[in-house]
Amino acid sequence: MIANEFSPRSSYPPLNVFTPKNPAIKSKKPRTDFGLSTLRFEPKLSRMASAEIDVKYVAHLARIALTPDEEKKIGSQLGHILGYIEKLRELDVTKVEPTAHAVPLVNVTRLDEIRPSLPQEDALRNAPRQANGLFIVPKIVE
Amino acid sequence: MLNQLTISELAARLGRREVSAREATQACLDQIQRVDGKIHAFISHDAADALAQADAADKLLSNGGRGASRPLLGIPVAVKDVLAVKNQPLNCGSKILGKFISPYDATAIEKLKAAGAIVFGRLNMDEFAMGSSTENSAFGVTRNPWDITRIPGGSSGGSAAAVAADECIASLGTDTGGSIRQPAALCGCVGLKPTYGRISRYGLVAFASSLDQIGPFTKDVRDAATLLGVMSGHDLRDSTSVPQPVPDYAAALTGDIKGLKLGLPKEYMIGGLDPEVKAAVDAAVKQLEKLGAEIVEISLPHTDYAVATYYIIATAEASANLARFDGIRYGARVDGNDPIELYSKTRGAGFGPEVKRRIILGTYVLSSGYYDAYYLRAQKVRTLIRNDFLKAFEKVDAIVTPTSPTAAFKIGEKSDDPLQMYLSDIFTISCNLAGICGVSVPCGFTKNPKLPLGLQLLGKPFGEETMLRVAHAYEQSTSWHQAKAAL
Repeated sequence: MIANEFSPRSSYPPLNVFTPKNPAIKSKKPRTDFGLSTLRFEPKLSRMASAEIDVKYVAHLARIALTPDEEKKIGSQLGHILGYIEKLRELDVTKVEPTAHAVPLVNVTRLDEIRPSLPQEDALRNAPRQANGLFIVPKIVE
Repeated sequence: MLNQLTISELAARLGRREVSAREATQACLDQIQRVDGKIHAFISHDAADALAQADAADKLLSNGGRGASRPLLGIPVAVKDVLAVKNQPLNCGSKILGKFISPYDATAIEKLKAAGAIVFGRLNMDEFAMGSSTENSAFGVTRNPWDITRIPGGSSGGSAAAVAADECIASLGTDTGGSIRQPAALCGCVGLKPTYGRISRYGLVAFASSLDQIGPFTKDVRDAATLLGVMSGHDLRDSTSVPQPVPDYAAALTGDIKGLKLGLPKEYMIGGLDPEVKAAVDAAVKQLEKLGAEIVEISLPHTDYAVATYYIIATAEASANLARFDGIRYGARVDGNDPIELYSKTRGAGFGPEVKRRIILGTYVLSSGYYDAYYLRAQKVRTLIRNDFLKAFEKVDAIVTPTSPTAAFKIGEKSDDPLQMYLSDIFTISCNLAGICGVSVPCGFTKNPKLPLGLQLLGKPFGEETMLRVAHAYEQSTSWHQAKAAL
């Protein structure tokens, strides 16, 4: 067990992108284009969302606790920004390849040899809590 | 005053032993003491450490240690708070890093130190480089040296203000959508964003990894060429740094631009362009023509989509990059009953409003059901924008535009309207999306109040030599870069 996603303390639905329980994203199909997307996966009709955004749910995905005031303010500001971003729908991009990097370098590797790395004490120096060469975190497994 | 000198002027005087590195460093420290209470370009600086580096430089200078390998020996260079300098604080203008001390040097810093520079100070910035005004810093607002009721631009506002106020000889910033060029324009200095991959990003805290580049702020184009030459080059620690030879950039500054073709994009003469900015750019174009360049009208048809594309790609990348600030391995922590609660509380308390807004937008555009409509579509529009430039560069050697649609605006004027703030980057953003290089040079002032204006030159991928040659020829035929703010 790595993360405590299913903690009973959480009032949010479990994070599972394939079976979203949040009503706001119920109708969305799962992502099919992991990694470098290709034209193969071009959706039939690229559809932008409405300018509505479920800030509470997205903030949960982003692991950011917001106050009710922040939720309200960010929600309305993002509504404006998403409204502006809608203009990308004007363009026909059906035959265009996506650009992930402007200067693409492929298969960048280094020699498989041992080199010095950050000493453990340096890596721990900035930790908020540490002991015995370890980061101290809240209990994960009961 | 030694702090007012350029790198080349100070290096010459240090080389002749007319002045010491300690005197030059002390002059910068004195200026900080005198003016930084008003400007607040620096979050912090370690005067004793700077002077110790100066003394070490003086020792080398007296042993004839300058040489070709140490072009920056004894030159004080200040650093944006997003670059790791060993044993110095690193906060990225944020609360979330707490009392973080860098355990190592960024590659660019390592190279500056190897070239003999005195690397000092932590320059203020918009939190995690997200902003265009340096109002989004957890350490307070930086003010424009030309008018302290106005913003210095951003996100590298501290870097621009420090150079404009002669608090250092040069500085480093980073540019993801204009964060070097726009503040350079608004503060009246030279700001250079190199081609993506030119300078290693190792030790630069990532905002948007496919867009970020480190670059210099200087008092003239020659100094920018010098710093670019020192910091450029392939680095095994950054797999996106490009193994391309590093030319002698200063040697490219011949002053001769006869016959070069410069493109003027018709899409950049937009409605929101301030008439004084337009007049200054028109005059600069005439000047370039007078110097022998041929002006060609070009078209970058997808210009109007750049800001929207940028705010999808940059926020998507940021939402992933900033996941590392979770209160576990470094920085501040707010305890919770379980890890999720700890992350959420730490990030809720540690990030400021603009960073939260962008992480949430970035998370949203990557989330299930929206990925194709937003992120994938934006990546495709990015291809169209890049192709616009590559096509234009078949016809021209460099492109000329305004750097910013207006001069520096008032503090608070746009801080409640993120979209208006984003639109102020309209001329600089495409350059990062296309991965090309860009530089801003002073090209005039508004009348009342007197505020600096910037001319932007855009160059081909790895076309810094030609671009800087044009910038230098223009600069040397005008006196805008010599004007100083009254402080």
